[in-house]
Amino acid sequence: MAGINHYLVLSAILFAIGLTGALAKRNIVTVLMAVELMFNAVNLAFLAFARFVTPAVLTGHIFVLFIITVAAAEVALGLALVIAIYRNRETVDVTTADSMKG
Amino acid sequence: MNVGLGASVAFWVMGAAAVASALGVVLARDMFHAAIFLVVTFLTVAGLFVTLSADFVAVAQVLIYAGAISILLIFAILLTREVQRGNLSNRLQAPALFLGVLLAVTLVVAFLNTDWRLSAESPPDSTTNAIADSLFSSFVLPFEVAGVLLLAAILGAILLARGREED
Repeated sequence: MAGINHYLVLSAILFAIGLTGALAKRNIVTVLMAVELMFNAVNLAFLAFARFVTPAVLTGHIFVLFIITVAAAEVALGLALVIAIYRNRETVDVTTADSMKG
Repeated sequence: MNVGLGASVAFWVMGAAAVASALGVVLARDMFHAAIFLVVTFLTVAGLFVTLSADFVAVAQVLIYAGAISILLIFAILLTREVQRGNLSNRLQAPALFLGVLLAVTLVVAFLNTDWRLSAESPPDSTTNAIADSLFSSFVLPFEVAGVLLLAAILGAILLARGREED
């Protein structure tokens, strides 16, 4: 039977993959997808703690449901931003969006 | 004993699939392949939620992530004509990889050296009733605020995506 450490290590690996993708990719949509990977890793850790530390209290589940809600709102807004950026600049390459660079 | 073995096999199979498809999201050369890999990750993570006896959250994950969010992402890939250029990396590839490995190693060492106060209680058979009970009693204020947040996000998305009025 897989214990809490199995799930936590898996969650850490998924989070690190998501972080690497979010930092190393050019396309905004891929960056958003990597952020979603990180959300999933965090949700997995929350549910692992809920299952193994407080099995009778479902606060972890509630927290994950709210994270999913906020992630949905974030994706809707993020993709609207992607469309707006694409309309103005004809590209969604994050390395070209550097007009605020000092 | 069979249930424990089954849960163990399920964890290893779905865990390996989740890691492989997450790597696919980052490494795939084609944006569409990355999006499909992302859907596979969402589904395997939902399966892992089931092995953690979180049935309601697993269904919510399939509906919202694998259903809605991935479709939105695929729309965004289609609406921007960046598909032809592929899923490129920027110049920060090596530092990002280093940071990712560093974070993973730090987290794993911290997790394995922590003495979690585990509970031997068994979780409820179905979590839906318990989630509904606490969602509409202790967490009713965050629940309402989440509704307002979603409304604000929808209005903001419409406003941003509509763009400037040409006059």
